[in-house]
Amino acid sequence: MSNRIEKQIELKASVSRVWRALTDYHEFGEWFRVKLEGPFVPGEVSRGMITWPGYEHLVWEAVVQKVEPEQLFSFTWHPYSIDPTKDYSKETPTLVEFMLEKTAAGTLLTVVESGFENIPEERRALAFRMNDGGWAQQVKNIEIHVTERS
Amino acid sequence: MSQKDPDGMSTVEVAEWQAKAPVFAALGDETRLSLVVKLGRGQPCSIAQLTEGTGLTRQAVTKHLRVLEGVGLVRGERSGRESLFRFDPEPIREMKQYLDLVSEGWDRALARLRSFVED
Repeated sequence: MSNRIEKQIELKASVSRVWRALTDYHEFGEWFRVKLEGPFVPGEVSRGMITWPGYEHLVWEAVVQKVEPEQLFSFTWHPYSIDPTKDYSKETPTLVEFMLEKTAAGTLLTVVESGFENIPEERRALAFRMNDGGWAQQVKNIEIHVTERS
Repeated sequence: MSQKDPDGMSTVEVAEWQAKAPVFAALGDETRLSLVVKLGRGQPCSIAQLTEGTGLTRQAVTKHLRVLEGVGLVRGERSGRESLFRFDPEPIREMKQYLDLVSEGWDRALARLRSFVED
């Protein structure tokens, strides 16, 4: 069973345009739906209020890891850490990496999130509750999944 | 570090697994994954059956089964003189649901990023 998520998307925009959308904290906040307090600085915490309707009371937090211009932007965070009364800082975060590559049409963006092996059970349960449906029917039967591996 | 089995797992590690119970990590091992695959076919198996063809000792297989039992993936039950082990898909289903959820969050975020940079 895979413990990472990998996404690839080709964008009809230049590498520098995509880079700005990812690493300029105003622009990042626009599409990621978070109102960040300040610019991304490697090694430092980035914080802001979530602007997603219904979740505006929640703080978004990540620790910026790498900012390698037009190539790699990464941070660690606690995905779906949505209980404001709980301290997630002791849990092992997951790592999110954005990698950019120039293509004929624009930019190939790869997003990898890894480190899910340490997500505690109760947080997974909480994340399910946050979801507003849509994904539930996509749940695949694990017997099939397991059989495919044999 | 305590003494290790030929399969490379110490008693301390077994105990840690049982305490922390991370389903994913329990599956991040070829031997345990193959045990889950075997049991996932639905038929409860004895330790002897599960050891067959693995090249491992019964003791080593038992330890791996205890790890899987510790995270709830496998249930052991007595049947006469031996223990039978049965697969419980619920923890994997939950883990998969969680990953699907995070994965879909990314799909939506990247769709928003697309309209943000392409418009």
